[in-house]
Amino acid sequence: MDLPLLLNFVATVIQASGGSIDFNTQLLAERFWANTIDGLAYGSIYALVAIGYTLVYGVLKLINFAHSEVFIVGAFGAYATFVMLGYQPGVTLETGLGPLIANLTLAGLVAMLCSAATAFLLERVAYRPLRRRNAPRLVFLITAIGASFAIQQFFLIWRGGNPEPSIRLLRPEAVFEFENARITQIQIIVFVAAIVLLLVADTFVNRTRLGRGLRAVAQDPDTAALMGVNQERVIMLTFALGGLLAGAAALFYIMQIPQGVLYNGGFILGIKAFTAAVLGGIGNLRGAVLGGLLLGVVENYGQTLFGGEWRDVVAFVVLIAVLMVRPTGILGESLGKARV
Amino acid sequence: MTAQPTSNANVPFGQRLRDWWNSRSRFEQWACIIPVVVFVYLLPYLNFFPLSTEPWTDYELALFNAARLGLIALGLNVVLGQAGLLDLGYVGFFAIGAYVAAIMTSPDSFLDNPDYSWFVVVPVAMVITMISGIVIGTPTLRLRGDYLAIVTLGFGEMVRLLADNIDPLRGNRGFQEVGRPPGTYADGSPIFTQTDGKPWYWLTITCIIVVLVLVGNLERSRVGRAWVAIREDEDAAELMGVPTFRFKVWAFVIGAAVGGLSGVLYAGQIGFVNNQRFDVVTSILFVAAVVLGGSGNKLGVLLGALVISYVPDRLQLAPEYRFLFFGLALMVLMVFRPQGLLGARQRLLARGRQAYVRLVGRPEQVGTESALTDSGSGVGS
Repeated sequence: MDLPLLLNFVATVIQASGGSIDFNTQLLAERFWANTIDGLAYGSIYALVAIGYTLVYGVLKLINFAHSEVFIVGAFGAYATFVMLGYQPGVTLETGLGPLIANLTLAGLVAMLCSAATAFLLERVAYRPLRRRNAPRLVFLITAIGASFAIQQFFLIWRGGNPEPSIRLLRPEAVFEFENARITQIQIIVFVAAIVLLLVADTFVNRTRLGRGLRAVAQDPDTAALMGVNQERVIMLTFALGGLLAGAAALFYIMQIPQGVLYNGGFILGIKAFTAAVLGGIGNLRGAVLGGLLLGVVENYGQTLFGGEWRDVVAFVVLIAVLMVRPTGILGESLGKARV
Repeated sequence: MTAQPTSNANVPFGQRLRDWWNSRSRFEQWACIIPVVVFVYLLPYLNFFPLSTEPWTDYELALFNAARLGLIALGLNVVLGQAGLLDLGYVGFFAIGAYVAAIMTSPDSFLDNPDYSWFVVVPVAMVITMISGIVIGTPTLRLRGDYLAIVTLGFGEMVRLLADNIDPLRGNRGFQEVGRPPGTYADGSPIFTQTDGKPWYWLTITCIIVVLVLVGNLERSRVGRAWVAIREDEDAAELMGVPTFRFKVWAFVIGAAVGGLSGVLYAGQIGFVNNQRFDVVTSILFVAAVVLGGSGNKLGVLLGALVISYVPDRLQLAPEYRFLFFGLALMVLMVFRPQGLLGARQRLLARGRQAYVRLVGRPEQVGTESALTDSGSGVGS
């Protein structure tokens, strides 16, 4: 095959030219479980964002390039809520468990609303006029890029080029240890909350009336319209659902990362999430979840194995390797063809 | 009496202009083209009110940058506009060209004696980018559509990340004093410098004209017809006996060569190459130039490059508002002209046009239907 040859070639070139790459298998064995658990917690963020890409792709067959900005608006929303609730950078307020949960839930709701509103607005301003005009698919990509640029620059002008100082409601504390891996309460919260949301989303799409309409439009928009499905409403719903999940991901993101929110912080995460969606099979809800978790874990292994600077390379190599073997992603079916 | 479509008030102006142009003879067409080309070459001297970008941006450098983006857009247009392959990692080829130039000429290079002449650098850089086009294209071009887009995006990022992480490529420190084309003025000072945009602009325009002629000929050849067939319907093309995979790799390779050439030009003018200018955003701007101008239309993509590069310079917006405006403008333009500023047209070749006029008695009616203007299988088709 071409790919092993290519990988070999890359490795040879790297080694021949000074070899900053060394395979640290010892360290990987030591940190295997820590990496896996950290990767799952991070991957669940990818998964939540990836669903936004995959839903829009499934229904409209378009890459919603501005979804990364939907995410970052949510992150700013959650951050603003923290500030309004009286939290300050660097200080961890000692509150009881009850208020803490209430505050986190509130921030999460605000983030989800901000993201959903952004996604909704985006659909109205950037996509709907183009759908009315029957524009080529590439054009959606360009307006999405335009919208993405505009939102990023808006935050750059408003909030400046330095990250907002990080606010942490929770100090990461190990709850228990498992095979050398310290598992923090944040990782548990993020992972469990994300899984619950993913289950809710899956049930919504697969089991409810609105979800059935969504799948019908994904399968065949014209027939669905003839069968009485309100296309415009389904499309709005798709964007709103993707936005809600991206908002939740944004809260988990600022809970987990040590650095603060930055105006272009969504960009790389968006690309990773899209990679995850393609990895699992774009247009496939469960594929996006699988792809997200897998990408988060594999990235962590790669980071330990080759060093932090190779993290992103590992992500893309995995993507290319999977697509070589399975050109439509791991689960590889579209939203429309998903189970009845 | 037959009603001439040219006199019909219902025909849009652009269509009438095209009909008029198509009914001119080759000689008359050249008589129009030559003054335009001369005007383009004289642009650096028109450094006053309606055109000048000063005092914000150096006018000649703004022209050079617009021309450089035009060259890139022409190269990407082969891949995206002609063969219909959505390549989001085109910046990788641009980067490879720039890095080859840097390695071959900069004193920081790991080569023993890095002082090759610029005229050696250009063909070597183009050959290396073409080889990298084969290396990247062979595994990826079996994929289609959006899968291809994300994989090429990944490869583009990988080129940058390799530059980050491989020691001899010097990451952020970069290469100083990248070589420039030789030549001195009468007083001994070099013609090509970092600050004087004029010679660079003229050089780039010359490259654009050469590429226009070469790519134009290619498009009218068997290769070009194969590309259009692939773009319109890949399965049908395959069934008709077009070796689609080979021609897709060809499109990649030729696009890569043009990207490499513009990389060399860029590295020479800046005189410094590091890992900072080759990110995904740059790549997406290239795609934006092509789609905005009208993917598949060579003049269109040049116009798109002009809009993307020159207009923000000309508007003299404060840097922090520039990209905000740019993003909004991109959205508005695409909403009102989804087919691009100058859309792609399916046209008969010169002989075919003459035959058409003889048979039908009026100029060819140019169709606008193509895969590029089709909204695909999504909602609203």
